[in-house]
Amino acid sequence: MTAAAFMTLLQGAGVTLAVSFAGILLGVPIGLGIALVRWGEVPVLRRVAAVYVSLIRSTPLVTLCLLIFFASPSIGIDIGPVSAAVLAMTLNTSAFNSEVWRGGLVSFPKDQLEAARSFGMRPSGAFRRIVFPQLWRSALPGLVNEMTLLIKGSPAIAVVGIVEVTRAAVRIGATTYEPLPPFLVATVLYIALVFGFVCLQRVSERTYGRAGASA
Amino acid sequence: MIREFAIVWANSGQLLNGLLNTAGLAVLGMILSVLLGSLLAVLLMARSRPVSLSAQAFVDLFRCVPFLLLAYLVYFGLPSLGLNFDNWTSGLVAIVFYNTAYMAEILRGVWRGLPRDGIEAATAFGFQGWRLFLRIILPQVFLIAAPMMGNQMIQIIKDTAFLSIIAVPELTHVASGIQSQYYVPFAAFLAAVLLYWMICSLVEAGVFAVERLARERR
Repeated sequence: MTAAAFMTLLQGAGVTLAVSFAGILLGVPIGLGIALVRWGEVPVLRRVAAVYVSLIRSTPLVTLCLLIFFASPSIGIDIGPVSAAVLAMTLNTSAFNSEVWRGGLVSFPKDQLEAARSFGMRPSGAFRRIVFPQLWRSALPGLVNEMTLLIKGSPAIAVVGIVEVTRAAVRIGATTYEPLPPFLVATVLYIALVFGFVCLQRVSERTYGRAGASA
Repeated sequence: MIREFAIVWANSGQLLNGLLNTAGLAVLGMILSVLLGSLLAVLLMARSRPVSLSAQAFVDLFRCVPFLLLAYLVYFGLPSLGLNFDNWTSGLVAIVFYNTAYMAEILRGVWRGLPRDGIEAATAFGFQGWRLFLRIILPQVFLIAAPMMGNQMIQIIKDTAFLSIIAVPELTHVASGIQSQYYVPFAAFLAAVLLYWMICSLVEAGVFAVERLARERR
């Protein structure tokens, strides 16, 4: 395998990381929104949120990418492959993240909330000052776990023509007729990416895990 | 829009075929990876350090690699080692390798947490070795691990969609074929999504039933 091929793979890793980060940055807050809608028992919307989560969680990322990319022009929006990929990753991870956030919210001690309310805090203030600072600490390990799962699902975006690590490896293999070396390099790159997240998870568990458990 | 769905409905036979392939791959993959995963879990729990460490390395490796990459490795990589499988078998082999690692990890986690007194009582009654494992440990492990194994089953069902890229005729591949033939992207993929939803909900219902059984037995 040549140096140029190696650079192509590294570029692919850059694309994988960039699209995954975009999905995470959008998906984590959206997931929190969905979890709050369900936790706060907002009428009608909570049912919609429940169906959304159930549907998206059982939809493969590949199928979701294809659906968004090919169906969006027929409703008049022509989004490019990158936006389609980011949107699919965001929808996917937001559904899984919402379950992590909801787990944290469901186990949140009610008495703290009641205490905050009896001190005259409005619901929004109680959420911002009491719930959220504890919630994100207890949710962080679960969220980081979802991030590694998203990275591992990211080869799905290749179906709409984005050249990320796996696709780059296939292309190199197709030109050199030696598929094994680029695949092995791609494997090492993924291990590095995923291992980075696993380390992040261990650190976050060590730093905040106990606080979350006692909350 | 209605015309689009009518076209998909006219091709429902193909979709059903795709669904059967998806379900077949998932079920067969699940059975094989549970069997192999149980064996690997035994190795993970082995007393000898070299055995447990190499099993652990195997498990960690597979847990870091994306499923599609593994499928490519099996499909494109193994032929250069002289092993040739067709698409369907390559897909199945990839599913089994990948999920054996996950199953072993799940089963080991549950096994570790098993209360000691039950096992000690069994040894006092003369259970040893394989008989202890098969009659006493494994049934308890499976009952407790059922929800996690159910989640993994759903993961397998979703992972099979990746196999459309190596042209395995499963649900997403069939939907993709219908959409490119008639240009009905929304209806075709939505039909696939709803079918995935249906089988995943079935698995969830099954898991729920097993959980209730586990609670009743406790």
